[in-house]
Amino acid sequence: MANSHIVKAFDRELQELESHIIRMGHLAADELENALVALRKRNAELAEETILKDREVDQLEHQIEERAIQLIARRQPLANDLRAVVAAIKVAHELERIGDLAKNIARRVITLAQEKPPKPVKKNLKRMGKLVLAQLRGILQAYEDKDARLAMEIWRHDEEVDAAYSSLFRELLTYMMEDPRTIGLCAHLLFGARNLERIGDHVTNIAESVYYVATGERLDEHRPKGDATSRILPAYSGPLDEDDDDEDDFNVAIGGRGVGRKTSPEGEGEA
Amino acid sequence: MTMTKNRDITRQAATTNDVASPVCGGECKFITRDVNVFYGEKQAIFDVSLDIPDRSVMALIGPSGCGKSTYLRCLNRMNDLIDICRVEGTFLLDGEDIYSGAIDPVLLRARVGMVFQKPNPFPKSIYENVAYGPRIHGLAKNKADLDEIVETSLRKAALWEEVKDRLDAPGTGLSGGQQQRLCIARAIATRPEVILMDEPASALDPIATARIEELIDELKENYCIVIVTHSMQQAARVSDRTAFFHLGRLIEEGPTEQIFTAPREKQTQDYITGRYG
Repeated sequence: MANSHIVKAFDRELQELESHIIRMGHLAADELENALVALRKRNAELAEETILKDREVDQLEHQIEERAIQLIARRQPLANDLRAVVAAIKVAHELERIGDLAKNIARRVITLAQEKPPKPVKKNLKRMGKLVLAQLRGILQAYEDKDARLAMEIWRHDEEVDAAYSSLFRELLTYMMEDPRTIGLCAHLLFGARNLERIGDHVTNIAESVYYVATGERLDEHRPKGDATSRILPAYSGPLDEDDDDEDDFNVAIGGRGVGRKTSPEGEGEA
Repeated sequence: MTMTKNRDITRQAATTNDVASPVCGGECKFITRDVNVFYGEKQAIFDVSLDIPDRSVMALIGPSGCGKSTYLRCLNRMNDLIDICRVEGTFLLDGEDIYSGAIDPVLLRARVGMVFQKPNPFPKSIYENVAYGPRIHGLAKNKADLDEIVETSLRKAALWEEVKDRLDAPGTGLSGGQQQRLCIARAIATRPEVILMDEPASALDPIATARIEELIDELKENYCIVIVTHSMQQAARVSDRTAFFHLGRLIEEGPTEQIFTAPREKQTQDYITGRYG
């Protein structure tokens, strides 16, 4: 436990900076939670509310940055105090990005309000959402307690988030290939899953900051990237560039045939 | 006078108070081991071992009474002038023991110069302040030589332009910052290898302080500099390595950037962040 500063105001200012971060973090986590509920329940109204609340998160980032700058100017913090102040600026930025990504998920809810996702996708998205939410709330606890061990655990655990995303990616591709009518819905869900995966990445960035503040050292391990999506390519039965003139043949992609197939499985598909 | 440079450091740094002082390879100017200093019955320094690299700035920090100035004064045997002070331990300057009978303390102080907290120019002219040391040490063959030494020293101390037209004016007539730079010129006129500074800027305003710090930056390319300072920020600004003393013991020593961003010892961190110990 750190001792108090001889100048009490210094302690107070550091404490206030920290509690602003925690408040911002929980706001972002609530935003994510609401966006996921809205997605599950296809609740456009909840989604709209969630989108509006993101402004609060943005405003907090500015306030935190301002406080941190004032602290540096007036207190010339050193050692663990310096690390904490610099980390606050970085963490606030990560949380703001998380808020934006959650907002983005909520936006898609409004678009998808009339659509019903396939049951397995729903289930897997829910699972991934819970995972990411737990990571986020977990790292906020680690931040509050300056818990390097917990931070490292969360950092490593992002592998699971990546794996869940890869699996959802494959699943959604399969649906899209089997039934082109689902492409619109699946594309949005894909982006939603992508947003969740990105939130997971931001959580690991926060974990790195927490670790650095607590120990003065960088998290040096090579984090195994579980996100295999960059290597996933569904098998096409034909090229998109049929006449080999280095241009995509749009009449193949749009004019009634399935994407990338010379013949669609059940006659002409929808444009 | 030729010095036998003993580059063979056969003794590794002793571990003192759990502090392992690095052996700076061939670049060590000072190697000090097992230093204990007493003022009569009262012990002021306990088992300090510290290596000081050449062509760099080492800052000694710590609360009042921690022994940093006492330790500094060991490096040019200024403590010899205090009757009740007794110094034990090994002090190697370029491998040679400065407390051995073979070393003349007066000549030592030409090699290891000192600048004090309160500027203390001699009650002489600016010229004489700088010329005094070289003259008594026989470093100048003639007047032209001496003139050159004075000018070079004043230039190095960033004071020449301000005083070149009034070298006969009394040194005490200069401003505080200028006086301090005069004392630095005086110290470097004897062509020292090491410059010791005991809170050289604490009596100066911020601009004079900045000039002294700029001067230290320039000097360290050619000299080994050891500076005692109360100001954490100054130590962070000017030094390459920092040593933290507390109640006569060396608690921690390391690269300045590490000491001020991630010190290893809680005591160090408490002190530099202004916390109760």
